[in-house]
Amino acid sequence: MEIIAILLGGILINNLVFAQFLGLCPFVGVSKQVETATGMSAAVVFVMTMAAAVTAALNTLVLRPYGLQYLETVTFILVIASLVQFVETFLRKASPVLHRALGIYLPLITTNCAVLGAALISVRKGYSIGLSAVNGLAGSLGWSLAIILFAGIRERLELADIPESLKGFPVALISTGLMAIAFLGFQGLFRFVFQR
Amino acid sequence: MNLWKDFSNGLVRENPVFRLVLGLCPVLAVTTALMNGFWMGVAVIFVLTCSNVIISVLRNFIPAHIRIPCFIVVIATFVTIVQMTMNAYLPEMYDILGIFVPLIVVNCIILARAEAFASKNRVLNAAADGIGMGIGFTVALMILGAIREFLGTGNLVLNGTALFGGPLFEPAVIMIMPPGAFITMGLVLGLLNAISNRSKARAKAR
Repeated sequence: MEIIAILLGGILINNLVFAQFLGLCPFVGVSKQVETATGMSAAVVFVMTMAAAVTAALNTLVLRPYGLQYLETVTFILVIASLVQFVETFLRKASPVLHRALGIYLPLITTNCAVLGAALISVRKGYSIGLSAVNGLAGSLGWSLAIILFAGIRERLELADIPESLKGFPVALISTGLMAIAFLGFQGLFRFVFQR
Repeated sequence: MNLWKDFSNGLVRENPVFRLVLGLCPVLAVTTALMNGFWMGVAVIFVLTCSNVIISVLRNFIPAHIRIPCFIVVIATFVTIVQMTMNAYLPEMYDILGIFVPLIVVNCIILARAEAFASKNRVLNAAADGIGMGIGFTVALMILGAIREFLGTGNLVLNGTALFGGPLFEPAVIMIMPPGAFITMGLVLGLLNAISNRSKARAKAR
């Protein structure tokens, strides 16, 4: 039950983009076309799930037993950066096809604050290693849903007649705001289903 | 010595929030109130200035291939210092800002200034750039925070005291919820664009 709650909650209610403001730079930067948005999403799902599991393991097995929690920020960012590098090298050897599809997006992920954010959220909520991985998966799926939907809207916006000053960033942010209002509606769903 | 130029660069001409549109996540997340924006800005000024100085000092020793990891370690160290200091002296603000304090590590502004400016310039210039960019960031955050707090609660709270007594009007709660952040930022950016477009058109007419 908890797994379903985390998954649904992460994708629809605590959506990384619309409710927690995480990963906005790539969200605005890579969302011009549905195709690139999908590629970026696949890379993010992959890395974020692994990063959440690895950082949770590091936290429960090394940092907490030795009282080193103050090193959290430094170690997490280093682990994520090296993980991204490792995934890139591994994919190049193991699956050139996948590497060609995700390759250019992988280095960008290190600066995606959603990856570090999801890891920190898992730690602060005290999830176990398994639940942290689920939380990372849910967060990344929610992020992917948001960016793919948004890319679809942006493709339409290209053709729309927008006031000169609102072109580009401003109209992108305003439409994100309207999508966020729509996602607020899911909070009621969650209360209805999961409140005992 | 063009220290002043480096300092003032970040205030208006290359304001990190309104001109470069970098580091959006904390900008939108913490600006539910004026004071939140202020303290987030102070944290960023500290990290940005210190990391700029250290990176500028070490710029001739850091090998080019692994410069990004080196920058990140320097930045993460200062972020940890900020985290511990805030936790000790401003525990309430630390709880409100939440994960966005540790997330300063991955804030694009700081890495961008390290890469584009500090690693190529002398120490004093790097410090001036860091302070200027930081102040520009803080002012932008306070503007957004003030707009959202005023519209969302009908009041402004400065240092724990409400400026207007009670709420002035029926507050639009949506403004302090996540959608309000996106819409406010979009409209402010649009307004700034409109102003610069108009002054450009006027310059052309002359």
